[in-house]
Amino acid sequence: MKLVPCPVNGLRPLQEFHFGGEVRDMPDGEAVSDAEWADYVFHRRGEGAVKREWWYHVPSGVWFIAERDNRTDEFVRSYLYEENGDG
Amino acid sequence: MPHRLLKFALSPDYPESRMFRAPSRLGDRYDVVIIGGGGHGLAAAYYLARDYGITNVAVLEKDYIGAGGTGRNTAIVRSNYLTPEGAAFYQTSLELFQDLSRDLDYNLFYSERGHFTLAHSPASLRTQRWRAEVNKHLGIDSRVVAPGFIKECVPELDLSCGGQQAPIYGALYHPPGAIARHDAVAWAYARGADERGVEIHQNVSVTDIDVRDGQVAGVQTDQGYIATNKVLSAVAGWTTSITEMVDLRTPLVIYPLQALVSEPLKPFLNHIVVSASLHLYVSQSSRGELVGGASLDPYELISMRSTLDFAEGLAGHMLDLFPCWSQVNVVRQWGGLCDMTPDFSPIMGTTPIEGFYIDAGWGTWGFKATPVSGLTMAHTVATDADHPLIRPFNLQRFSDFQLVGEKGAASVGH
Repeated sequence: MKLVPCPVNGLRPLQEFHFGGEVRDMPDGEAVSDAEWADYVFHRRGEGAVKREWWYHVPSGVWFIAERDNRTDEFVRSYLYEENGDG
Repeated sequence: MPHRLLKFALSPDYPESRMFRAPSRLGDRYDVVIIGGGGHGLAAAYYLARDYGITNVAVLEKDYIGAGGTGRNTAIVRSNYLTPEGAAFYQTSLELFQDLSRDLDYNLFYSERGHFTLAHSPASLRTQRWRAEVNKHLGIDSRVVAPGFIKECVPELDLSCGGQQAPIYGALYHPPGAIARHDAVAWAYARGADERGVEIHQNVSVTDIDVRDGQVAGVQTDQGYIATNKVLSAVAGWTTSITEMVDLRTPLVIYPLQALVSEPLKPFLNHIVVSASLHLYVSQSSRGELVGGASLDPYELISMRSTLDFAEGLAGHMLDLFPCWSQVNVVRQWGGLCDMTPDFSPIMGTTPIEGFYIDAGWGTWGFKATPVSGLTMAHTVATDADHPLIRPFNLQRFSDFQLVGEKGAASVGH
């Protein structure tokens, strides 16, 4: 069974989680052009890499960020958003 | 023993000629380079040679022919889609498929079975009715049927789902729904292209694409550089690694989709049975195996690994519908890569880079589109203009907010 590291609850089975996609910064909708806004809305970085992703632990209601290699499915580390991964 | 088989036993050399040549080395220059030796790439090569007389073409496959999505799908062909753009496109493909064994002079085991999409609630039956009406309007053979009709066609099916799941209220029925032998489709297109002069190179990886002033100039491979002004990327689940080489932004994200087969059984299941609520589709192949698939894995991953969670989940849902299969053994399971688009329609045609053409976004719906994709991409590459059938699927639609929301796609939640 695949285990996912939750920064609050520790290693838990995959079935307890929702995947929320890559962490992306939203541009200021008023300041950018239509093309830049469309790029933000639709385009993704689909290639293989270690990415920062949103994950949600359903039973405890915790959203957090995990760094994961999407080619090998290895979790590098995970942390709460406000911890920013630097601590 | 048939005489032909005896010839194989007694001959010191393999008595049949190969399906296609294995050229020893890459040429220096081609008119068109096709990346990806799956069904789509090989079909495009075939139609380029047959319809446009363009034969100085190399198909580069990093593995063996049909190693990717072509040999990993569940081989279902149907056209009961919901958007006019999608329905017209898949209907053309289905019509090409119906004639394809004769066209390519190769038995593709194309077998029309009739395709049921089960409704487990009144709400879902309403959606099926909507789909049926749209299909009829577009000239596609599709209708809503009552539980009695389903039971008559598939007597093994437990309409009450054993009380474990919501019962079956009816289904969308699509009589031309079919299955085919998927790897034979790739081989037959490969042979047809090869006979017309196309070179098929297996075990050649593309490492970079040479773009100069917004125009394709060549392709770098692990076996040398090739000069060319036209490149068609037909690599489905590996598309993001190719678009990265030319700095092309796309909405594609890659998810695995898994499938399994059972041991071979005597033919009993004539139809294709799909349940969106149970994330399940199943048919019986011409070899007698039950071929089953589920929905996408729950998160992004560029890996063809398979999991026990999937086999367990799918087997459980199969038993909800077919309790009499409880003693049937699963013999094989595998995963394939799905390049998903946000609107469940493909990305096809020209791109902002001159001479770079894309055939991608094949998610969970690529196999059934093999002939029409080859035909329309060959037109696009040869004339440098999108074929009318694929104009709605151009990558540009994501910059113009002109998505083609295809709610008839398989194995995905809508």
